Amino acid sequence: MFNSAAMRPALANRALLVVPALILLFCVFAYPVGSLLLRSLSDPVWGLQNFRAIIEQPVYFNALRNTVGISGSVTLICLLAGYPLAYTIAQASGRMQRLLIFSVLIPFWSSILVRTFAWLVILQHRGLVNRAIVGLGIVDAPITMVHNRIGVLAGMVHILLPFMVLPLYAVMVRINGTYTQAAASLGAPPLKNFFRVYLPLSWPGVVNGTVLVFVMGLGYFITPALLGGPGDTMIAQLIETEVSDLGRWGVAGALAVVLLFGVAVTFALLFRVGNPATRK
Amino acid sequence: MMPASVRTEFLWRGLRITISALLVVFLVAPMLIVVVISFSSAQFLMFPPPSFSLQWYRKLFGDPAWIDSLTASIEIVVPTGILAMVLGTAAALGLARSEIPGKKIITGLLMAPIVVPVIIIAAAIFGAFRIWNLNGSLLGFILAHTVLTVPYVVSTVLASLQMVDERYENAALTLGAPPWAVFRRIVFPLILPGVLSGLLFAMVISFDELVVSLFIGSPTFRPVTVQMWSDVLGDVDPTIAAVGTLLFLFSLLVLLLEALMRHAGMSSPLMGQS
Repeated sequence: MFNSAAMRPALANRALLVVPALILLFCVFAYPVGSLLLRSLSDPVWGLQNFRAIIEQPVYFNALRNTVGISGSVTLICLLAGYPLAYTIAQASGRMQRLLIFSVLIPFWSSILVRTFAWLVILQHRGLVNRAIVGLGIVDAPITMVHNRIGVLAGMVHILLPFMVLPLYAVMVRINGTYTQAAASLGAPPLKNFFRVYLPLSWPGVVNGTVLVFVMGLGYFITPALLGGPGDTMIAQLIETEVSDLGRWGVAGALAVVLLFGVAVTFALLFRVGNPATRK
Repeated sequence: MMPASVRTEFLWRGLRITISALLVVFLVAPMLIVVVISFSSAQFLMFPPPSFSLQWYRKLFGDPAWIDSLTASIEIVVPTGILAMVLGTAAALGLARSEIPGKKIITGLLMAPIVVPVIIIAAAIFGAFRIWNLNGSLLGFILAHTVLTVPYVVSTVLASLQMVDERYENAALTLGAPPWAVFRRIVFPLILPGVLSGLLFAMVISFDELVVSLFIGSPTFRPVTVQMWSDVLGDVDPTIAAVGTLLFLFSLLVLLLEALMRHAGMSSPLMGQS
């Protein structure tokens, strides 16, 4: 009793520690974002005209389609490539494992801009990749790989792959190897063993990685702007143009609402898909 | 039957290891290429370079545009890191060690800048700063970057606080120690690795930040990432590779420091008993 009486004022005071951060976040985050979203309905006049413009004008609709298409392809590539890599890291031991994790973390910690620049150099007309595939006789003449979809996909997969591999690895490293061994000794063929035993066990990692990569991909700006062509414009680039070049805050707000909605739906949808597997 | 399944398993294993090796090359090669190009003697982007020189580093440190933007970056990063560290640590303490109502909502708000696409934050802050006249100002950059980095400090400090046994603090409080002394003498030393990790993350993220900076920067005050952006859009020469190498070294150094600190934190005598 004495304890709680002595501690109560201290606890009340400690709650106040949250206040400075909350004030900053309200002024420089919640309020600005809220008013940007509100402008979708109020700028230049109240109404749904901005949302109507997004649906009706092909520029916006194409950007929406590109955004979902590019982010979806990037997520799929990251999953197909990241799954075996994460498995290899989880199976590796000691020094090899640390080395592999380090090589996944290196791009994580180097600037997106610098890496995008690196891809400009690697994929350019007389770049490393083109010289290699021409030299090996895979193609006759260099192919264009920057300022089109190939460039965007290469750059985005490079940046987002660690966000797929790390959640997968975090789950796989805790999977007990005796389950798959038991299934194998009971006669399960490798493929069946994988699909019926290992994949369900690693499912939480698949869901986390997929959500993370897809959601981050939706808001991408730097990579499609530098490595993509006119046919690869994504929502984020349109928001930038509407605000910086055209000053049309209403349309920018509506695009922001759509983008945020996409993020929210992805979280809700994929975490619902992910839950049954985690419950078992 | 048995040899066939062993053979397929062997094939799958070979395929998986090949894919993994190729992916490691894919992940690491671009940064290595940037580092090599930064020492190129060629006048344009060429890989591999014909021979090596320091000309791009000389150009970098001789060009006032790069010097100014590097200075601006440092002017932004240091106060941002400190402000994010102080606000984030305080908020984490408030969340973990009190019974405030709506804890989930407050945590959600503090973490929101990580979840909301940065392009939306950038456009929104740019709009608000136009009214408050903060675009292109140091104060504006510090406030905006602090918002983007506070979530990382909150999460690293919260993680540290979870490993500190609350009974140490309660014992000190019941024995009559004033709350500030409890924090300074007991809690702070224990969560220091988390606090410093948060500080370093905040600084690296602020240093690498481009999208928000692109909106709120001005031609006279812009960090090095914005300078790089306009360089990549214009005539590209290997100077940007030299900047990229320096940024990369900075991140690696910070990552190393962080790893060392976490190591030191683990061996702290009071840790891991809770």
